[in-house]
Amino acid sequence: MTQQAVTANLLGDGRVAFLTWDGDWSDNVADSHIATSDEESEWLLETAQRAVAAQVAVDPYLIEIDASSGSAWPVQRREQIRAAGPTGTINTLSDASVDGLKRVA
Amino acid sequence: MYRYDAYDSQLVGERVAQFRDQVQRRLDGALSEDEFRPLRLLNGLYLQLHAYMLRVAIPYGTLSSEQMRMLAHIARRYDKGYGHFTTRQNIQFNWTKLEEAPDILTDLAKVEMHAIQTSGNTIRNTTADPFAGVAADEIEDPRITCEIIRQWSTLHPEFSFLPRKFKIAVTGAYEDRAAVRVHDIGLAMQRNEAGEVGFEVMVGGGQGRTPMIAKTIRDFLPKDQLLSYLEAILRVYNLAGRRDNKYKARIKILVHELGTEVFRDQVEAEWEQLRDAGPNLDSAEVERIAAFFDPPSYEPAETSGYNAKLFEDHAFSDWARTNVARHKQSGYAIVSVSLKPEGEAPGDATAEQMDAMAEFAERYSLGEIRVTHEQNLVLPYVRQSDLYALWQGLRTQGLSTANIGLISDIIACPGLDYCGLATTRSIPVAQRISRLFANLDRQHDIGELRLKISGCINACGHHHVGHIGILGVDRKGEEYYQITLGGRADENAAIGKIIGPAFSSDNVVDAIETLVNIYLEQRYDGERFVDTYERIGQSPFKEALYDAR
Repeated sequence: MTQQAVTANLLGDGRVAFLTWDGDWSDNVADSHIATSDEESEWLLETAQRAVAAQVAVDPYLIEIDASSGSAWPVQRREQIRAAGPTGTINTLSDASVDGLKRVA
Repeated sequence: MYRYDAYDSQLVGERVAQFRDQVQRRLDGALSEDEFRPLRLLNGLYLQLHAYMLRVAIPYGTLSSEQMRMLAHIARRYDKGYGHFTTRQNIQFNWTKLEEAPDILTDLAKVEMHAIQTSGNTIRNTTADPFAGVAADEIEDPRITCEIIRQWSTLHPEFSFLPRKFKIAVTGAYEDRAAVRVHDIGLAMQRNEAGEVGFEVMVGGGQGRTPMIAKTIRDFLPKDQLLSYLEAILRVYNLAGRRDNKYKARIKILVHELGTEVFRDQVEAEWEQLRDAGPNLDSAEVERIAAFFDPPSYEPAETSGYNAKLFEDHAFSDWARTNVARHKQSGYAIVSVSLKPEGEAPGDATAEQMDAMAEFAERYSLGEIRVTHEQNLVLPYVRQSDLYALWQGLRTQGLSTANIGLISDIIACPGLDYCGLATTRSIPVAQRISRLFANLDRQHDIGELRLKISGCINACGHHHVGHIGILGVDRKGEEYYQITLGGRADENAAIGKIIGPAFSSDNVVDAIETLVNIYLEQRYDGERFVDTYERIGQSPFKEALYDAR
């Protein structure tokens, strides 16, 4: 199977977040817990649903991840933009996001 | 401008208090997301790609300087320092925090603004000619009608859960600057043979995946019977609209499936039941509302200084040619302020630019600003003698681009950079086209060319009615762009026709340049791009695009 991670928006501020190895949420996709089996993906989603029940996250879902470069990066363009921020208004991006932006095709 | 009465203030104040409670219950876990989602959408709060997005209503696109300052404050205090003016004459803030949304609504209420009915299957903000009240070709100020519709439609219990969203646009002038023919209902003011004022009523226009031009179901509706007639239309739609299929739920599909004649007969039959007992306003109430839109006391204006500057300053003259329109009052001008500077996101304005516009409005335009569906701003009451000073001020704020109606005055939806529905990006394509045609002399030589870009089939970027339309389509993860030609949003509205296979993101901007070059080769004197296209047809453009491939 392809490698997967879980993303969601945080309830309070709406920001994009990725489920991390320690069960917390990070705004950096590189911190994502990468699932390498269907069972692990299912477990990640169940973990995310507990965050939904705890009023931490909203609408979690699995995304495909490419970690071949040593750092996790979404496969789909939509998810790349969610990870890096808008591509058309660079001035609004953080420095960290600009690094990600360079990788958006 | 209209000012809230006690009912308006109470209604908005109570809604803010309700929403504050709803948000707190969501954060506390008393409301699930499924329970909360429809409540936040009723208050214009979406969850988009990156964050919550708050869409604030700007009734018929009219803003006071005080309101613009509040929008600047919200951009600065609660967002990332900018806002996005939309094709519905509204503004969107893209980085709203749920925790702060009630505070934003509280701040908006202080200046008589809100986000009610900017989402959901309701009657949305009624839009209008941005030159309302000052256009030289106007019968009456359409904002009086818009305000009456606003009061009638706000929280209307029968029309709060329609089959789909519902958009009304009104123009009081012959020249259609409000795109009324691509709205669910378009109202175009007319005079009948007796000299009475009423409306041509058009129904079933719209864009999206099934674009349609509205059909006229009444050539002349007396003004005083507008609300009962609107109620009859909405009632027919509410009962017969397709609730079984989201993609067939807009009124345009109902009108199309029934046929214009049958739909008209149903509306007229319903109206017969309503017209005498319906919600029509008495003349005193109309006069009360109309008084808010009385023309200002115009001062005798000096014009010689303006004319001299036109000769002296080439850049000012270029700006005046595209961005200054004729005012109904001698000595005054209507100024369009472009939110499309070279290489920037169409419709975006920073907090500093909003504050500056408030300042310019107070100094030069009786404190009033308009928002256009083409994502620009308008100062409607500028003395010609102030134009040069205003232009110099606009230059210091990056607001003096002389491109209104030209190829870089692009309508673009937020696209995949912000929108949860989009499948491709719009803004970067607009920015690349803007940069390619950055030379203003070249743009002025090309002349009027309405270019519109949508990042998905929902067509929020109005690509169907662009002289050149660009629709982004996703093909196996790659962004492609389909080009349409010949669309128009004006009084001769038309849906553009697809010219051929879509272009890759790398090639689409070159394709636009090819189209422009064919126009320049083929045009007759005085012809705009769309005129040449209508005269020579698609073939020359198509051959230039595809034969060499």
